[in-house]
Amino acid sequence: MLAACRFGGRATRGCDGEMTAMKKESMAFSIALTFCVMFAFWMLLSAWTVYLLEPYDLLKVSSRGILAALIVSFLTYEIFVPSRGENVLLKIRRLIPYIGWELWQIYLATIDVTKRVLGILPVDPRIIEFDTTLRSDFALVTFANSITLTPGTITIDIEPEKGRYIVHAIAKEPAESLTVDQTMQKKVGHVFMEE
Amino acid sequence: MLAIDLVATMFLAAGAFFMIIGTAGLLRFPDFYTRLHATGKCDTLGQILIIVGCMTYEGLSFITIKLIFVSAFYLLVGPTGTHALMKAAYASGLPVWRKGDKRM
Repeated sequence: MLAACRFGGRATRGCDGEMTAMKKESMAFSIALTFCVMFAFWMLLSAWTVYLLEPYDLLKVSSRGILAALIVSFLTYEIFVPSRGENVLLKIRRLIPYIGWELWQIYLATIDVTKRVLGILPVDPRIIEFDTTLRSDFALVTFANSITLTPGTITIDIEPEKGRYIVHAIAKEPAESLTVDQTMQKKVGHVFMEE
Repeated sequence: MLAIDLVATMFLAAGAFFMIIGTAGLLRFPDFYTRLHATGKCDTLGQILIIVGCMTYEGLSFITIKLIFVSAFYLLVGPTGTHALMKAAYASGLPVWRKGDKRM
């Protein structure tokens, strides 16, 4: 979610003239949505202090949360709700199983590094480069973080225009799983529909 | 209660084990890049296991929700930090260790 906030808001402005009314409506919607999420977040983090207080203090305390959520939503609604999203719900639905798979990969990655630390597997580092079909910011960032979390590879650099990745691999097999098998590229491409 | 304590202890012990392995890799691996492999990966899983252990110990409460947020944040920040260090080293021209070279 944080990455989405940071990278989703690059091209929010850009429409003009006749679209002002629609823009206003979508702006109100964005602010309302951001406010709801932020207030829910505040409740989750500090509702237990509300729970402990006497009932007449409840409005006083939650007014603090409402004020904070209002300030935050006016400041950040533009980047919190990206205006250019297509098929957002489908992408989120596809992202959830991918996160589960990714957690399993983190476990495998740690076991892999443990074996190399203990001397069971060899250390034979190399730097590889390869191109992908990914172009949008969120897809690029997700794939870069996935490379770092999966066994034996860390992202060094990205060239976003070509979708090119420079990756440091600790041995031959992890490097080949990226350049030859390309299972992860396909998974990320499927999630963000950029195959 | 005893069973929950036992499970929580197991999670904490596994987390501590992976953190120790990460530190051993930091000392044992030959160059900067491979050392980042050890710390970046073992720390992510170790940290998450420790947080899961705390969640099991605490039971279902508001503190559990905070811990879930902490672990989600760690999943985003851990690889990003590793990548930032790696990119800085690569941009400043630090040579990559190959098999057979002397330790750096």
